[in-house]
Amino acid sequence: MDVRSQIAMVFHLDKCIGCHTCSIACKNIWTDRKGAEYMWWNNVETKPGTGYPTKWEDQDIYKGGWEKKNGSIHLKGAGKRRGLVNIFYNPNLPVIDDYYEPFTYKYLDLIESPEGDDQPTARPVSLITGKPIDIKMGPNWDDDLGGTPDYARHDPNMKNISPEEQEVMFQLEKMAFFYLPRICNHCLNPACVASCPSGAIYKRGEDGVVLINQEVCRAWRMCVTACPYKKSYYNWYTGKSEKCILCYPRIEAGLAPACMHSCVGRIRYLGVLLYDSSKIEEAASSDEKDLIKNQLNIILDPFDEKVIEAAKKNGVADSTIHAAQFSPVYKFVKQWGLALPLHPEFRTLPMLFYVPPLLPVMATVKKVDHKEQLEKVSPVAKKWNDNWLYDTSTKELWGTLDQIRFPLKYIANLLSAGDEDVIKDKWKKLMAVRIHRRRVTVGDVSHEKAEKVLKEAGLTAETADAIYALTSLPKFEERFVIPAAHREQAIEMMDFTGDTKGETGFGIKSKVKRGL
Amino acid sequence: MDYLDSFILIGLPYTALALFVIGTIYRYTNRKFQFSSLSSEFLEGRKLFYGSVPFHWGILFVFCGHLTAFLIPSTVLTWNSQPARLMTLEISAFIFAISMLIGLINLVIRRYTTSRLSPVTNKMDLVIYVLLILQTVAGLWIAYNFRWGSSWFSTLLTPYLYSIFKLQPDTAAVVLLPWSVKLHIATAFIIIAIIPFSRLVHLLVLPLNYLWRPYQQVMWYWDKNKVRSSKTPWSLQRPKNT
Repeated sequence: MDVRSQIAMVFHLDKCIGCHTCSIACKNIWTDRKGAEYMWWNNVETKPGTGYPTKWEDQDIYKGGWEKKNGSIHLKGAGKRRGLVNIFYNPNLPVIDDYYEPFTYKYLDLIESPEGDDQPTARPVSLITGKPIDIKMGPNWDDDLGGTPDYARHDPNMKNISPEEQEVMFQLEKMAFFYLPRICNHCLNPACVASCPSGAIYKRGEDGVVLINQEVCRAWRMCVTACPYKKSYYNWYTGKSEKCILCYPRIEAGLAPACMHSCVGRIRYLGVLLYDSSKIEEAASSDEKDLIKNQLNIILDPFDEKVIEAAKKNGVADSTIHAAQFSPVYKFVKQWGLALPLHPEFRTLPMLFYVPPLLPVMATVKKVDHKEQLEKVSPVAKKWNDNWLYDTSTKELWGTLDQIRFPLKYIANLLSAGDEDVIKDKWKKLMAVRIHRRRVTVGDVSHEKAEKVLKEAGLTAETADAIYALTSLPKFEERFVIPAAHREQAIEMMDFTGDTKGETGFGIKSKVKRGL
Repeated sequence: MDYLDSFILIGLPYTALALFVIGTIYRYTNRKFQFSSLSSEFLEGRKLFYGSVPFHWGILFVFCGHLTAFLIPSTVLTWNSQPARLMTLEISAFIFAISMLIGLINLVIRRYTTSRLSPVTNKMDLVIYVLLILQTVAGLWIAYNFRWGSSWFSTLLTPYLYSIFKLQPDTAAVVLLPWSVKLHIATAFIIIAIIPFSRLVHLLVLPLNYLWRPYQQVMWYWDKNKVRSSKTPWSLQRPKNT
């Protein structure tokens, strides 16, 4: 057992309102620079949709991630042989058009144009060439277009969903979509690290943050191909790749990352996981159906005496172990079994987990006669032909689960490598919590029914209340349990504290000597 | 030997090597962020294939050929003792040089006709293109007109280059070579001189280490096995990982 600690995350998809505040917070801090305009270290995608860059999930196009061949795993589009042979020209590199050409507008034209017959306009200009362009794509170009032929129907997760099922999915009255916020997953088996010929990318031992050393990156571009989530971006201006740094300067100072801190829906949780690093390769090489199970298996119980002892032996600080015991991520992922990694079949063992959205399940749309109701509202309203009801009733135990508006397969393709039972299990738990809470707060559900639901979902009333509390009422410090960064050690990295007394100033690396 | 000859054959090589060594050390220690191949594939990813691939494989083979003749001249001469082997070597080298030239021309056309590339193109790129094309054309000209280059390089130029590195420049034989060979030598040293001042630095940081390093890299501030141990003595430096 080789215990390491990892800063991991949970995003609760039912709580995401798709406001993009996270993206803007990140952009304003990190990527508002020349060459980085197109980078969205944090982005929010509408699902079903093609995502960013377009169709990033389709590894037949982008060749990202690992694939299992003859019992062991290999990088699909990079690796030692392929990476070095293709070093002069990477055939699988996405180009700027797969993202979008960054642009701005000539706002000054609105003010400085000479007087004339026409209204002046602010033309869009490319941020690369500075010349006027026709905008073909932009950030969140498919935002909220969850049913459109151009975007939703080209979602790579549709690949094994029959045309009939897709038709049902896109019926105007039944259509549903949800948001998928994405940042770098800071994986345990990162494909970007493995693909970097220069060795510029590394995982930090202390907290598992994956970083690119900007002084060692030589623009061999393999990480862009290798990352199946397309979260390593090439800065076309500096000739260096860049990626999400999990706001490590903020984490080290005990602050939540900017995207998480600013999250309006409060969907984001961050905390420490202890894991057994000696089993990483084994877990990443398991059969597709066992991937999630084995990934969760290498996450260790922070209360287990043996784990604590092994962690201490490995230099994990007491404060980090303590943070792991209070980690909301551990609760969601291991204790309650509610969160799943995004596309586990890419085999990078992502450390960002998602609670699947109940939205496509929770309610159905029924045809009813609204006339009487509407007449009461206003005399005009009776002319509306609005005979649909958004029905969230829980009369049947798992009735809505069977009448789901999405094929279960779709969510399964996204979060469980196609395993529908895994998703169903999570949904049952989430619904059980709701039915239980409805009994407590509204009271129109019988005690027996609530008990039965909880039992079938494998929960107790206490667990359901804890899930409810951490989902709906969490305080800031419950959502973000950040271990101390031990700045006292940081000083010792530069200086021997015994010598500091006689020295002149702090942070000066060379000996301070009086000039001649 | 006139002044031009002694400049090209003695002055230029030493100036170039000095610039190369000092410039490389300076850039590697003080301008590390600027070490990059500055790939533009992200901005234009189709035409690059027809330029970058033939150019790089061409120059890789041709450069290794020159290096072989410099390092093991006698082996090259032995190899060349049979006409069939000599012809194979010369023809394949010539083909690779042609591939290099075609690649270069495609790269130049691509760079100056793609508007998206103008913001990542600088004057040094133009200098490199001119020098490389000049060098390739001169090389092809020599290979075609003065046969067989691989043999006389090993007998004439290798001793000259060794004399340069031994700091006892012996130019007696080389001065008699035709002007095109002298041009080839001069351009070669100019290219060496500008390596640290241009994007060519990327050839000094070839990622060969990738071949034997493990795929995953984890870095620690501390030696994780010692930092918490009470047996680790309090020393000037805590057990850091390097």
